Amino acid sequence: MTSFNSIAELIQEARESACSVSQVVIHWEMENNQLSEGRQREIMLKNWHVMEEALERGMKNTEKSLSGLTGGDALKLYAYRQHGYTGEAVLSTAASAMGVSEVNAVMGRIVACPTAGSCGIVPAALYAAAMQRGSRTEEIVDALFTAAGIGMVVEANASIAGAYGGCQAECGTAAGMAAAALVQLAGGSPEMIGNAVALAMKNLLGLACDPVAGLVEVPCVKRNGFIAVHAMLAADMAMAGVKSVIPADEVIDAMDRIGRAMPSSIKETAEGGLAATKTGRELAKKLFR
Amino acid sequence: MRGVFDILGPIMIGPSSSHTAGAVRLGLMAGKLLGERAVRAEILLHGSFAQTYRGHGTDKALIGGIMGFEPEDERLREALETARQTGLAYSFQAVEIPGAHPNTAVLCLTGSSGRTIRVEGASTGGGNIRISRIGDFEVHLTGKYPALVIVHRDRPGVVNKITAILARYKINIAYMKLSRRNRGQEAMMIIETDDDLFSELVEDCSAVPESIKAFAIPAIRGKEQEA
Repeated sequence: MTSFNSIAELIQEARESACSVSQVVIHWEMENNQLSEGRQREIMLKNWHVMEEALERGMKNTEKSLSGLTGGDALKLYAYRQHGYTGEAVLSTAASAMGVSEVNAVMGRIVACPTAGSCGIVPAALYAAAMQRGSRTEEIVDALFTAAGIGMVVEANASIAGAYGGCQAECGTAAGMAAAALVQLAGGSPEMIGNAVALAMKNLLGLACDPVAGLVEVPCVKRNGFIAVHAMLAADMAMAGVKSVIPADEVIDAMDRIGRAMPSSIKETAEGGLAATKTGRELAKKLFR
Repeated sequence: MRGVFDILGPIMIGPSSSHTAGAVRLGLMAGKLLGERAVRAEILLHGSFAQTYRGHGTDKALIGGIMGFEPEDERLREALETARQTGLAYSFQAVEIPGAHPNTAVLCLTGSSGRTIRVEGASTGGGNIRISRIGDFEVHLTGKYPALVIVHRDRPGVVNKITAILARYKINIAYMKLSRRNRGQEAMMIIETDDDLFSELVEDCSAVPESIKAFAIPAIRGKEQEA
């Protein structure tokens, strides 16, 4: 029986079975949901294709959301990608994450990963990494299983809902998932995956979910861009041998406790934080007049 | 623990997995529990749902779900117009339900035959849902498994009779919950199963003398996973 309830157990299971983290996750799904490996790979490939379509649509998107608050920024950043301080890879990644998030805001088709509010992070980081490495589709699919495994542990021990744990639960989890996927893609060890998750999530603890007018637009769209890059940095740190002093499972536990302690005004109620700023309130008033 | 495709998925229409995709599934579940075309939907929203439902399209999602749309159905964008055109009257009201999950909705539906149902459920993140109450009965349904619902008289041996029927059809029970209002009165049994339920089985359950009503609810989750 494949069983894991923590990142440590996921790593241990991979070590003991001498296989990758993605393979442990696939085995778990086979045993618990009676889906063959082939069928799982087909579904995951379909998810990746929808992600690619959203990436492609997002990079060209000029459509404004219904509220008019977002749309077109991904295109701007992408056009600027060769002129920035941070380099082309970073700017392309940020642009494509924003693009997917813009597609979401216009009620377009996306893959929740783990949620819709955070749907740009994993595809953008993974796409950039796969382009750079020239990865095969099969390897990308494996990386997505690793990402899913991390999200499963977070969901079981904390939460992936902004209404429950703030944005750290959504974008924070997505960052952990993306960082893990990138380490897997680069052939890093299971321990490196654990460190990448801890590093990525640690630095997003306490992040409020305070969207203006309650829409998944401000600050969500641009935040997807920032955090896709953040996840790449965490993967790079882990691959360089940097270790997180606090292990991933303890970071997840901290996230849970912080989420519970956060006031409901910054947990997707549009009552506090950015939503309660002068501009935020004015926009909300104008939109719902 | 939730599965791989609960976390990496679903494929859905934006903008929010909890407030849009999860809301579609709450609507789908309530529609299936009603079991006929809905003509009236009075919806109560609590917490974050009450604060932000317009901006997230939660209203379109709930109504679309009641009409049978899936989370990835592009018709969700126009669900409210469709409802008006097809004779589904609806209303939304913000309420305070002490202790309820922040994304809770109560759906009071009336069907074309006049049948009514009251379903309370929450969107628990990432498009996942939990139905916590049907009418006066406390339940726990995720929509992930086919479910058998039996309203019956609270008498000794009913569980035995029902599970014997399931055993005969070789249906494995994943989760089971039994609740009642008062001793000796009406009780409700909810059985989530690994295998699909068919009408003969439901008829056999209805034929149990203590049974008042038995019906099956198909799984609304993981359609993409069907072989």
